[in-house]
Amino acid sequence: MKLLTCPLNGKRNISEFTYGGEYHAMPDHRTSSARDWAEHVFFHDNAAGVVTEWWCHTASSFWFLAERNTITDDVIRTFKADEIYQQRVEFTAPETEV
Amino acid sequence: MPFGLLKYGLSNNYPAKHHFTPAKELKKHYDVIIIGGGGHGTAIAYNLAKYHGITNVAILEKSYLGGGNTARNTAVIRSNYLTEAGVKFYSESVKLYNNLSNEFNYNVMMESRGQLTLAHSDAAIRSFRWRAEVNQHLGVRSELVDRQTIAELVPNLNMSEDSRFPIMAGLWHADGATARHDAVAWGYAKGACDRGVELHQLTEVEDVEITNGRVTAVKTNRGRVECGSVVQAVAGASSIVAKKAGIPLPIHCYPLQAMVTQPYKPVLTPHVSSPQVHVYVHQTSRGEFVIGGGSDPYPLYNTRATLGQRESLSAAALELFPFLSQARLLRQWAGTTDMTPDYSPIMGLSPVENYYLDAGWGTWGFKATPICGVTMAELIATKKVPDLIKPFELERFYRFEQVNEAGATAASH
Repeated sequence: MKLLTCPLNGKRNISEFTYGGEYHAMPDHRTSSARDWAEHVFFHDNAAGVVTEWWCHTASSFWFLAERNTITDDVIRTFKADEIYQQRVEFTAPETEV
Repeated sequence: MPFGLLKYGLSNNYPAKHHFTPAKELKKHYDVIIIGGGGHGTAIAYNLAKYHGITNVAILEKSYLGGGNTARNTAVIRSNYLTEAGVKFYSESVKLYNNLSNEFNYNVMMESRGQLTLAHSDAAIRSFRWRAEVNQHLGVRSELVDRQTIAELVPNLNMSEDSRFPIMAGLWHADGATARHDAVAWGYAKGACDRGVELHQLTEVEDVEITNGRVTAVKTNRGRVECGSVVQAVAGASSIVAKKAGIPLPIHCYPLQAMVTQPYKPVLTPHVSSPQVHVYVHQTSRGEFVIGGGSDPYPLYNTRATLGQRESLSAAALELFPFLSQARLLRQWAGTTDMTPDYSPIMGLSPVENYYLDAGWGTWGFKATPICGVTMAELIATKKVPDLIKPFELERFYRFEQVNEAGATAASH
């Protein structure tokens, strides 16, 4: 049984978690083109080595980040998203456009 | 013939011919460099040499011929896909496979035994009917079959209505087949090398040189080589190699695990798969049961086998074939699958001029080998993208024109 440490729930069986994709910074939706969005949504580093990625503890729906080595499958550390996200992302569209 | 065999057997110096010319020094320049000496790379080289007269070609292979995912796939050949682009592409491949041994004059052990996909729900039956209609429209032998027909096709399948997921119907694909995966790569490599192509094993591409947006040379562990064009055919390492040419790809690499039992006498003719319980099973001509379809739940560049997959694959296989409960496992392994967001390959042009992509071969690479060789060679020789692979170009992701291939895998998605 492989264990993963959830920052909220502690060590749990990895079968309790769902992989959520690579972490990469989101482009600014107000200035980015459709092409930028396509690249953000579909394209990945897919690096062989230490990567930062999203995971979710399925039972508690708690999303967090992990640093994991994609060659050895060793998890280096897991941490809460507030290490990266310090403020709310504003998605409100300009009022003129409907 | 018996005398020839006797003479051969009694001969002191077994006059067996080598399959391939031994490795030579790398030349300074090749017209075409193919990165990756698997089925796809050798198929491209073979078609370039035989049908386009381009023989100043080097296949650069990091390890040994056909030792990557060509050796690790479970050798399933079929064309019962769902999208028009997918069905047309894979059905051409099946046609080429049917004639491959003649094409090579080398036996690839092609066996057309049919493939049966099982439906355990109403939703699955609906999607199978859709697939059968699309397939038949495009000339592929594919039909929805009822429980009675399934029991006739596979007499030892567990048809009990008391099982966890009772079998309700099936998608029968008479064109489904299997072949010896190693022999496919060997046949292509032999044919290519006989026509002047050079196969360089233990030759790793470390960097790609690009001048004014055009590929001009590659740096290898054995020195720098200039080239007219480059094609990468390195499924399982596509992102890593493309990155050397500065090309981002929409790929995540997942291990896909499979296992085989010891050989038993022949009892199972077709290939049977179940998307519901995530497994596919067939018996090889050697008698081993191949049990596959266990995709790991997160990306990894590692081909280790895990106990978890062994357990879930075994449970699923036993649900379909309870008589396997006494079978002994011989080995378990993994291959690295290039998973794309739409479950279709990435073939054709890249942002770098004269640098061609043959990537994103998730769980559909082996079955595409012959058609991939034909179309990629045509692209390299004529600089024109063949219609058959136009839908699979990398650019589709930027235009939001994905080829959503829901029929991509018999088991795991």
